[in-house]
Amino acid sequence: MTALDIVEVKEGVDQDTVDAVKELSGNYKYGWETEIEMEYAPKGVNTDIVRLISDKNEEPEWMTEWRLSAFARWEQIEEPTWAMVDYPTIDFQDIYYYARPKSMEVKPKSLDEVDPKLLATYAKLGIPLKEQAILAGVEGAEDMPAEGRKVAVDAVFDSVSVGTTFQAELKKAGVIFCSISEAIREHPELVKKYLGTVVPASDNFYATLNSAVFSDGSFVYIPPGVRCPMELSTYFRINAENTGQFERTLIIADKGSYVSYLEGCTAPKRDVAQLHAAVVEIIIEEDAEVKYSTVQNWYPGDENGVGGIYNFVTKRADCRGARSKVMWTQVETGSAITWKYPSCILRGDESQGEFYSIAIANNMQQADTGTKMVHLGKNTKSRIVSKGISAGKAQNTYRGLVSMHPKAKESRNYTQCDSLLIGDKCGAHTVPYIEVRNNSSRVEHEATTSKVDDDQLFYCRSRGMDEEEAVALVVNGFCKEVLQALPMEFAMEAQALVAISLEGSVG
Amino acid sequence: MALAKLKVETTDARLSGVVVPDGAAWSNAVRADALSRVRQMGLPTKRDEYWKYTDPASLTTAEPSSAALFVNDEGPLFEAVDRVRIVFVDGVFDAGASDDLTAEGVEIERLADAIQTDIHWAKDLYGVLETRGQTPVERPLAALNTALATDGVVIRVTGKAAKPINFIYLHKDENSDAMLHNVVKVEAGAEVTILETGPAAARFSKMLEVEVADGATFHHVRAQGRDHERRAVTHCFARIGANATFKSFTLTFNGVLTRNECILEIVGDDSVAHVAGACVGDGKDFHHDDTVFVTHDSLNCESRQVFKKVLRNGATGVFQGKILVKAGAQKTDGYQISQSLLLDEDSQFLAKPELEIYADDVACSHGSTSGAIDETALFYLRSRGVPHDEARNLLTLSFLAESLEEIDDAGLAEELRDRLEAWLARHS
Repeated sequence: MTALDIVEVKEGVDQDTVDAVKELSGNYKYGWETEIEMEYAPKGVNTDIVRLISDKNEEPEWMTEWRLSAFARWEQIEEPTWAMVDYPTIDFQDIYYYARPKSMEVKPKSLDEVDPKLLATYAKLGIPLKEQAILAGVEGAEDMPAEGRKVAVDAVFDSVSVGTTFQAELKKAGVIFCSISEAIREHPELVKKYLGTVVPASDNFYATLNSAVFSDGSFVYIPPGVRCPMELSTYFRINAENTGQFERTLIIADKGSYVSYLEGCTAPKRDVAQLHAAVVEIIIEEDAEVKYSTVQNWYPGDENGVGGIYNFVTKRADCRGARSKVMWTQVETGSAITWKYPSCILRGDESQGEFYSIAIANNMQQADTGTKMVHLGKNTKSRIVSKGISAGKAQNTYRGLVSMHPKAKESRNYTQCDSLLIGDKCGAHTVPYIEVRNNSSRVEHEATTSKVDDDQLFYCRSRGMDEEEAVALVVNGFCKEVLQALPMEFAMEAQALVAISLEGSVG
Repeated sequence: MALAKLKVETTDARLSGVVVPDGAAWSNAVRADALSRVRQMGLPTKRDEYWKYTDPASLTTAEPSSAALFVNDEGPLFEAVDRVRIVFVDGVFDAGASDDLTAEGVEIERLADAIQTDIHWAKDLYGVLETRGQTPVERPLAALNTALATDGVVIRVTGKAAKPINFIYLHKDENSDAMLHNVVKVEAGAEVTILETGPAAARFSKMLEVEVADGATFHHVRAQGRDHERRAVTHCFARIGANATFKSFTLTFNGVLTRNECILEIVGDDSVAHVAGACVGDGKDFHHDDTVFVTHDSLNCESRQVFKKVLRNGATGVFQGKILVKAGAQKTDGYQISQSLLLDEDSQFLAKPELEIYADDVACSHGSTSGAIDETALFYLRSRGVPHDEARNLLTLSFLAESLEEIDDAGLAEELRDRLEAWLARHS
């Protein structure tokens, strides 16, 4: 019996919601392990390890230097303690920083050459590395027209990318989609121009560590005017024990281009916590648009807080060009500790940033997550919709920044965050920072649940619904807002989440 | 963890040569403890998260910056109210200018006298509520006040006070550095209204520790002078019992730097705690900071925070508000709103409205908005023949009105509203 079964649920909290949360976090479905022969770098981190990782990836000297300078910086700085999360001190010297399947020693030339054990792993996760028309495991997808439902996948296993599908077809459109290690070798001019320009190597403790030791990740370049012909996706799998995963993703959407990018992640059940410290940088030029969707499903640890992934991630999009647009959608159900603030730098005039988030924390999970909307350009717009749900003994914090700079005239922000507590042993917290430095911009922050839109209510009532029905419809519709922002590929996850309503939220 | 170098230097410089007022053993002990806590915490610097939006440098220097004297041609506030006046000039009690310190239902005594008394009720409150209020957020300037406060009064309210008590803080010396500490104990079922007026000194540190016992009522209305150059940090620490009422309102007109901290702890069931404020600031050297921390640690209580700011010509407004609902504080109803009206491009509003909730059967909401005056409303008034400035002032006043409504006494609210209206007319 999980902790949720015996919890007394407060009046007003929807039973379907309780069941859905239980279902989501009751049994971790991805906790199995792939038995495969691995090779490791020695435990711990130092300049030799940094050089070794750089060597393994056959990197040019400038990249090695970049890593080493990040490492020198990392040694000088302290781990941040401001987040509302509590965990034992991490021994950074007791972690493997590089682990790859032996079979990946000679890089496979095509997917056909990839170790069948690895292919089987991804097939079991529902992410078959085949260039098939549709992504398996998506209910209802069979009925969709095959064209347009293609998804290219870059699969990252511990420290290395095992393969990327549809590369040839994407190449025809001019799109580059490959692992970051390959990009550093094949497209150094692009990597050199953009890497570290959104999240500098000195940005924060974990980003700096990542800059020094990142082993792989994905690279995306969409040329001017191109609408990426299919969705791109990276699937991160941690398999090896005592290993940290440090991946780096760099996405560049050149002028007038469009791409939708999906990210998924899982890990085996282990008694020892594992570190995952990723950096995602997105550059969006004039009139370009990027959608970035994540279903974060790392192993959350057991009900007593043993094991699980420490997910310390820096994600940031830089809307450099005028009218550029970014949309972050995240569903956070996994990880023992989450420390993650996907952010938008709205530099270009009339650029837009959106952040939709559902964070579910159960048992002993702790999540401190939110976003930063930094308005620098004129007429920029941002929107934040965040739903936090806590159950068991979990702590869930929304932390966000909305900053309107003096030159960001006529800009707008709207923020809505709701929290729901299931049971009296958990916590829900909101820590918003609001900085308004010009008066033509308008900032609205709300964190309340009783505030159902009066116009919508009136509309429903005028169609003959009673008050309760009308409220339910409006509240439910509001929650779906986040789920609808999720692409089709996450339909199964969305289905599980759709039952969640925020009736009975505390604020 | 060792304190940062800047913190140590700031603290050492401030504490160098300070004189701790001598008193009875209990007083000396509480002050010595406070002083050691200051050394341990270190005085605040701009790098502290809690001072992110307000630079405390001018509050922590060894010597205060001077502040020109301002002649207020409007006359004192609350003249029409029958009240007990307690006058401090640059932080020093002025017996001649004060009324006889007696009124039915209250006992008033100078702090200087109280701390000489071996057995005194104030021993249970002086520095005690302040110490409790140091977790989870450290407030070293409050501990500094407990250690060094030179004057103030202790008030015990035993019944329904016959009239309000008015602290009047006069500023007559351009270089004065005042530190006052007042203690109010409202006993079970008793009721009192405290009024505070005036800028007080060139630099002013003031603390109010309030115990509101079961069934007691505490009303507080404060107007912090006008258009002066004063720099101030004030703290109000209150512990609120069952079935009790605590209501505090603060009005601020200009002033170079004002940081008002209000730390409320609701420990009894079925109580109400409201804290509200209106501030109007004109000019780059206006900085106003409202920092509020409300802790719910009992059943079925209501708290409200309502703060409105009107800012122009480069003025800065800060709001840091927090509602903490402890585990088991079920049926809490917490509300928090902070709004600012920016009348021109240069002004800024910085806010951190926080919620920390550990109980599931509660309703807490917070809202924060910031923006320019509503052009549509302005257009409407102008189309009805109201001149532009008058229309703007009308809309500004109506924006501030929500906070004035938090004052229960209509007469007091009306008087403050008139002053606001006059200020807006002068600063058009």
